Amino acid sequence: MNIPSSITTLLLGIGLTLVSLWYGQNHGLMPVAASEGATHIDSLFNAMMTISTGLFIIVQGVIVYCAIKFRRKPGELGDGAAIEGNVPLEILWTAIPAAIVLWISIYSFEIYNEMGGFDPSADGMHAMHGMPAGKGSAMAATMDMGDVPKGSPRISALGVGASPANQGKAAAVNVNVLGLQYAWIFTYPEINITSGELHVPVGKEVQLNMNAQDVIHAVWIPQLRLKQDVIPGTETQLRFTTNKVGTYPLRCAELCGGYHGSMVTQMIVHTPEEYDTWIASQQQSAQAQAEIVKQTIAMNPANLSPAKYLAPYANEMGVKPEMVEHLHHQGMEMGGSIASVIK
Amino acid sequence: MQGSVSDQTQINIESASESHDSHGHHEHPDFRIFGLIVFLVAEGMIFLGLFIAYLAFRSMAPEWPPAGTPKLELMLPGINTVILLGSSLVIHQADTAIKKNDVKGLQLWFGLTALMGIIFLGGQLYEYSHLEFGLRTNLFASTFYVLTGFHGLHVTVGVLLILSVLWRSMKGEHYGTNNHFGVEAAEIYWHFVDVIWVILFILLYLL
Amino acid sequence: MTAELLIPNQTSEDDVVIHHRTWKDYFTFSTDHKVIGIQYFVTGFIFYIIGGLLAEGIRTELATPDADLVDPSTYNSMFTMHGTIMIFLWIVPAGTGAFANYLLPLMIGARDMAFPKLNAVAFWIIPPTGLLLILSFFLGPAQAGWTSYPPLSLLTGKVGEGIWIVTLLLLGTSSILGGINFFTTILKMRIPSMSMMQMPLFCWAMLATSMLMLIATPVLAGALILLSFDLIAGTAFFNPVGGGEPVVYQHMFWFYSHPAVYIMVLPFFGVISEVIPVHCRKPIFGYAAIAYSSMVISFLGLIVWAHHMFTSGTPPWLRMFFMITTMVIAVPTGIKIFGWLATMWGGKINLNTPMLFAMGFISTFVIGGITGVMLAAVPFDIHVHDTYFVVAHLHYVLFGGSVFGIYTGIYHWFPKVTGRHIDETWGKIHFVLTYVGFNVTFLPMHVLGLQGMPRRIAMYAPEFQGLNQVCTYGSYVLAISTVPFLVNAIYCAYKGKPAGSNPWNALTLDWQTTSPPEIENFEVLPVLKTGPYDYGDSEEEEKELTAV
Repeated sequence: MNIPSSITTLLLGIGLTLVSLWYGQNHGLMPVAASEGATHIDSLFNAMMTISTGLFIIVQGVIVYCAIKFRRKPGELGDGAAIEGNVPLEILWTAIPAAIVLWISIYSFEIYNEMGGFDPSADGMHAMHGMPAGKGSAMAATMDMGDVPKGSPRISALGVGASPANQGKAAAVNVNVLGLQYAWIFTYPEINITSGELHVPVGKEVQLNMNAQDVIHAVWIPQLRLKQDVIPGTETQLRFTTNKVGTYPLRCAELCGGYHGSMVTQMIVHTPEEYDTWIASQQQSAQAQAEIVKQTIAMNPANLSPAKYLAPYANEMGVKPEMVEHLHHQGMEMGGSIASVIK
Repeated sequence: MQGSVSDQTQINIESASESHDSHGHHEHPDFRIFGLIVFLVAEGMIFLGLFIAYLAFRSMAPEWPPAGTPKLELMLPGINTVILLGSSLVIHQADTAIKKNDVKGLQLWFGLTALMGIIFLGGQLYEYSHLEFGLRTNLFASTFYVLTGFHGLHVTVGVLLILSVLWRSMKGEHYGTNNHFGVEAAEIYWHFVDVIWVILFILLYLL
Repeated sequence: MTAELLIPNQTSEDDVVIHHRTWKDYFTFSTDHKVIGIQYFVTGFIFYIIGGLLAEGIRTELATPDADLVDPSTYNSMFTMHGTIMIFLWIVPAGTGAFANYLLPLMIGARDMAFPKLNAVAFWIIPPTGLLLILSFFLGPAQAGWTSYPPLSLLTGKVGEGIWIVTLLLLGTSSILGGINFFTTILKMRIPSMSMMQMPLFCWAMLATSMLMLIATPVLAGALILLSFDLIAGTAFFNPVGGGEPVVYQHMFWFYSHPAVYIMVLPFFGVISEVIPVHCRKPIFGYAAIAYSSMVISFLGLIVWAHHMFTSGTPPWLRMFFMITTMVIAVPTGIKIFGWLATMWGGKINLNTPMLFAMGFISTFVIGGITGVMLAAVPFDIHVHDTYFVVAHLHYVLFGGSVFGIYTGIYHWFPKVTGRHIDETWGKIHFVLTYVGFNVTFLPMHVLGLQGMPRRIAMYAPEFQGLNQVCTYGSYVLAISTVPFLVNAIYCAYKGKPAGSNPWNALTLDWQTTSPPEIENFEVLPVLKTGPYDYGDSEEEEKELTAV
């Protein structure tokens, strides 16, 4: 007794759909999502995984099926059927993928909007957005230092901006990020803190205003699914709101030289109380640091090699000694610039 | 697409490839002009890339040309433009001449075109030497020198092409009504160089 | 119009004509497209081995989280060289240089390419240039990746960077000269009885490829000219110190380098379209759709470049534009894949090595295609850009696609080129090792990227070690897989079973002459009697298809 092929096809189709739907939700390939934006991106990824699983199974299935079913048996003569095409079928397999990619595009568009990709303040037309004037001495120092191009103000602030709900408002926490071979320096202009790690309070909107000193770097926080190149001479920004307390890696994702792989630091998401404690402890030690900086400057850092000069700060900022040594090899004049950041 | 090949299976490869070289062009219609035009499309894409890069730099800069760049003199490049555009008309006369089998006419007009090309290059060098900015002064200066220089390189190649055709025609070579690939190629190339210059002139001097 | 029904693999010894070319011919400035094709392939394969050894070095370094095998900057040079060699000295020369040169004139009934001397010049640029690039490895090699983004490329390994620029300019020139030749040959040199719609699909694929070579490659030259001024003359086109814009370089670079992906894979779409109908004994399904989809891919390929720059500070509207154009490329690619599957469906598939590789091609390439659509989605790309997910994707396209395509073509046309069969058993061993090695190497990389491992790093977080070791073991299998191929190919080229002139009973013109083809390709100019894919028994109805 034969089961009609239409029934078989139907059952296979249902099975395929179920498997795809299940795997699309349960692949477990993504790391923890630490923000709402990350959850959005994950749902986009899950949707794409669902479709992909289906397509993958269809294509591989057909290949394997053909290899078994239509294999030429030993001694078999003759050709296959002389079918040169089937226009309705071809239209079908043009239209379905077209509809799928269109749908993915629209979905991506929405998610992108949700993330803040269309924030007008991040569209490249607003220079120096969100930088508090007056108190921004640290950022001013960052911008003016060393080899960073000065003079012409540039169109800037590209990246991911505020989500639609928060647009037009300033972020709760502003952090200026400087990427340099091979470390990150985070400055909190409102509270005068400089750190080698990114500390943020959970649930508050954070804005990173990013610049690079030497070559292109990229900030990547996998748990936030966010990445943005950090380009010398052009300011870029990222805005996000975390929703999970924890410690997450913050990596450089754009090739920036030999020790690119070790240009890693941490993003620590605190509860509000912890965050306040951290600020207090930092401000204390910042005062102590300022003393050291004064003394060092009195020593005239120009006479010291950058590596030697930087050594006391290196630990403080989470920079590994070998990198400082490497900077020295690069022959970069960084002493002054770091000092001005720390100041 | 005709040509007897029946005896070629036996001959060894060296003589075969020789025979190929010597009458390779007679085996099939001459596609060299077609090939040249395809090549010039590719060549044009280099310029197009550079032009777009120029426009991108321009649109990204807050001020263009950057503050402190001396204004470009229009007189000399203007004359240069007229000379180069005129030379396109002149070189076309050569083409007309050779199609009437007039080798003397070809030599006259080619000689004149080469001369005009050399005057253009001279004018260009004169302009370079009197500009108040150097290659590294700013982004505008760099793009200016690289674009005009790269074009100048093409003019030089064009002049050399014209001169080599001229030299070959002097040596009593084969140009005539039915055989003027070299003449036509040099002419097309020269027109190409001309068109590029017009775009370049508008971009750099007028915009 | 039906093909003769002979059992494939049956050889008839009498029509074997073996030419006595001496080995010296392959070291001369030969203008014979068949000699040049072989020159391209052998040269390319030598560079493939060099690039492969570099890859093994990279994978060995990555077996442990620390940078303990080589110095990190040496590591950077290694992947820079690996990428450059594999792309510019292996896949591009093998696809466009070897296959197109050898096959195009044969397929359209021409005696040679349109410009034989130009063809030889284009080839002879490659070996010295490749040697120059390899020499730079010992003179302070480039360290900025094959993308060579400034300002990093202006600061590290300057000597090597200069050589790298010169190398790419020369190889680009070679590629443009090749493009002129292919474009002219396809359009102008077909036998009078062959219309465009009767060309084998490989010719369509090469037409699309040559247009990309002609339009995209020159823009790379423009970018490299400006980069070389920054490097040597100290200008600041791309150097922010001095007011330049590094992002402009990225745009110019990708305007070439994305189409380059299609330059590397379109020829093999053509190869697969040739191989599948022959070994399935069925006409290609939807000839016109497959032919036109090549042209559409070629066109779309020119307007998607900025999807490599979604995190480069690209304005939102540009990100959206390039997202949509990139997504759309999935449609013509899908048409091809479904067309191939439908060709296989209901065929009498001869599961020999070329067919296995062709099936392997579809099986791996479809994964690269799927991840390609994922990467086009901006929000997701922001997460995985510059990670191992991208490394996995690009290898599924360029190895799972191009290299599988190369092997498919080699096994398929081996009897054509040598007049002898390549050994099937060793071929199948080669296939299994390659397929398994490839997937073990690159499948886990997707996970690594999603989990947070960036690309181009010599040291990584210890939690990634397990999967990295799997990749490393896989890469060793992949390396070993080349050995049976090489031994088999070299041995069978001299001692293999004579194959006769048309062992597969194929209908395209390349099989209608002797194997190996005589020097002028065809004794008498051929006249088309059948279409390129008129296989199949007509009495079978379309009923099988309605079940698809």
